[in-house]
Amino acid sequence: MLIAAALLRAGETVTGPDGPLTVIQEVELGHKVAAGAIATGQKVIRFGMPIGSATQDIVAGEWVHTHNLKSDYIRTFDHRGGEDDA
Amino acid sequence: MPDLLGYPRSDGRKGIRNVTVVVYMVECAHVVATAIASPYADDEVHVIGFGGCYPSPYAHHMLEQLCTHPNVGAALLISLGCEGFNRERLASTIAASGRPVNVLVIQEAGGTRATVAAGRDWLASTRASLAAAERVPMAISELVVGTICGGSDGTSGITANPAVGRVFDRLVAAGGTAIFEETGELVGCEGHMSARAVTPELGRQIESRVGKAADYYSKMGHGSFAPGNAEGGLSTIEEKSLGAYAKSGSGPIHGVITPAQVPPTPGLYLLDVVPEGDPRWGFPNINDNAEIAELIACGSHIILFTTGRGSVVGSAISPVVKVCANPQTYARMSEDMDVNAGRMLTGDGTLDEVADELFDVTLATAAGQPTASEGLGHREFVLTYKSSEPAGPSCLPTLSLSVR
Repeated sequence: MLIAAALLRAGETVTGPDGPLTVIQEVELGHKVAAGAIATGQKVIRFGMPIGSATQDIVAGEWVHTHNLKSDYIRTFDHRGGEDDA
Repeated sequence: MPDLLGYPRSDGRKGIRNVTVVVYMVECAHVVATAIASPYADDEVHVIGFGGCYPSPYAHHMLEQLCTHPNVGAALLISLGCEGFNRERLASTIAASGRPVNVLVIQEAGGTRATVAAGRDWLASTRASLAAAERVPMAISELVVGTICGGSDGTSGITANPAVGRVFDRLVAAGGTAIFEETGELVGCEGHMSARAVTPELGRQIESRVGKAADYYSKMGHGSFAPGNAEGGLSTIEEKSLGAYAKSGSGPIHGVITPAQVPPTPGLYLLDVVPEGDPRWGFPNINDNAEIAELIACGSHIILFTTGRGSVVGSAISPVVKVCANPQTYARMSEDMDVNAGRMLTGDGTLDEVADELFDVTLATAAGQPTASEGLGHREFVLTYKSSEPAGPSCLPTLSLSVR
């Protein structure tokens, strides 16, 4: 998992652990980009620790957030009061 | 490094501030307490209290520890008269600590105006006597520093929180005491954390207490996770936890304490804020300030508060140092921040440099320099109904195990 240290634009190339990576959609500062492919149900790892499971297949360079990642402990709420429709 | 001077207290602890607290014993006395303190808006007179009319052993214990906190020099208790709080017992605890204390009962004093006048008279003479208080040399090893994150985002765990972790490592290495908190925001880190415990039994306690927190929040139907956390890039409670956990540094964990329990020896402590058993009084802490009050009741002289989204709060009693994780937030709210940890993301500093700056700011704060939130008049205080049991011997280092 990569963390955006600044706003990333769609199509921008960043350096991932396995070489250059094209960012698929705009990613805001502090948000996550998949460093590699993640299959539905697979654990999502940040800094060596699982931060939840993928709720859909994720490709390298894709923005990872509540629309494709869910907690393995307690569900996440946003201002709409519920989990994102994923 | 500034030489520290502290206000000596009868229990051997030393204070870095000499606050007079005006304490309302029920919400009905809150406005009167605020009116008494209002001429001292820029001075060390802080309003704290408990809103409930029904007795609460937790709130009583919290206010006992807060009124005899090393940063507190005197206390004025304001009672309506009919509430359940045992004001005389609290007053006698404070008096036994050698601090000036007075109790005003609004129903006996003759109402609002008469109580405000009597309270201000007492404050004026007490503040005058506190002004003459001598300070004595204080070592870093006598400092207790707590940490909390509020308004976390995806930057918190990579800038401000690890900077606090480095400061904690240095503080504990210097013989000081560091407290990190919120078992509910350490969900997912229990395995790594228990391996850092100084004894296997403490490691088991850490795992079971984080398990308790996950269970408690699940029953409440809501993790310790705000919508702003998600907007800032955090997707799950375990991701937020992973970032929050970085505040604890990398050293051994010496013990687990519960709210208003003062660590028996120096070292690194986890504050377990989640009550035992099924949810009874609601969320463990309703907001950041409820948690800050608990860290202070455990003896924290200073609170290191990391924020990504941008919090402005301070606290009654102990100064709050604001460490801003996100460079965009810092650009918008720099007046409210003490340290710009987000500069690590803009190429303007390394983690080591930010940690050095934060260590220096922490010591300068201990030496008397006002923090941003102190300067802006932030004196937040929150205390609600809750239950809490002191952590037992398996959670605490014995004196023979004390860190040197």
